[in-house]
Amino acid sequence: MVNWHIDTLVNLKEMEDLKLELKTKIIEVLNLEDVAIEEIKDTDPLFGGGLGLDSIDALELIVLLDKEYGIKLADPKKGKEIFESIEVMAKYIQENRTK
Amino acid sequence: MKKTDICTIENSKIILNNEIIFESQTEHFSDFAKEAYKSLELNYPKFHKMDNLSKLAFLASEMILKNNDHSKTALVFANKSSSLDTDFKYQESINSQENYFPSPAVFVYTLPNICVGEISIKHKMQTENAFFVLDEFDEDFLNTYSAQILQSGKAEKVLCGWVELYQESYKAFVYLLTT
Repeated sequence: MVNWHIDTLVNLKEMEDLKLELKTKIIEVLNLEDVAIEEIKDTDPLFGGGLGLDSIDALELIVLLDKEYGIKLADPKKGKEIFESIEVMAKYIQENRTK
Repeated sequence: MKKTDICTIENSKIILNNEIIFESQTEHFSDFAKEAYKSLELNYPKFHKMDNLSKLAFLASEMILKNNDHSKTALVFANKSSSLDTDFKYQESINSQENYFPSPAVFVYTLPNICVGEISIKHKMQTENAFFVLDEFDEDFLNTYSAQILQSGKAEKVLCGWVELYQESYKAFVYLLTT
């Protein structure tokens, strides 16, 4: 019971770290100079929201998944679901990363 | 034809109609562009996504176009190095088989006339535009081409520009022509 509790806490910590890492990388890769990490909420829509991302940004995020986490998206249309929010993206990376 | 406004950018200075409107101590173009963007309060986040050639063309044009209506202004630009600066950056991202990550955001700037597109988007221009790659700045050539556009009635003004950039060497000379 104690071990299960510790594992859950470790998973939660890893997830929080991954979300923070993702926000940092997205700001850097997409050149969002005027955006601070705190302004990106975990459940905010990445597209169609305040970040002003466009279709080229979506392609750049596909490259980021491949380069940083070893995830190859064969179907770019799948990006629409994965890039819904930081929360959804982080969960997908946690479940599919190869590096 | 009258030349009404002139903007020059070189040696970390922006000069509009003989007046220095921004100056920086930095030697690096990307730092200079970022400082100018903030100091001049341009407030256009897409600027940060542009390549250096587009930033140079955008900064010089913005000083002249600013808040005025330019829906009937055409654009005629030229330079020597085309988009070579960005072409090399893109090439670097695909040089190695082991580290093969072509960047879509860099790729879209591997044409020189993209900078003209950025200016058109900002000012909602749907007018004539052209970008020439020349050995050297040829004002007569640009003015003759612009005169034809003005005479045809397709535009009321023409923003002409020499926007040359390769690595840390850059110069913009942009001016507005009217009938």
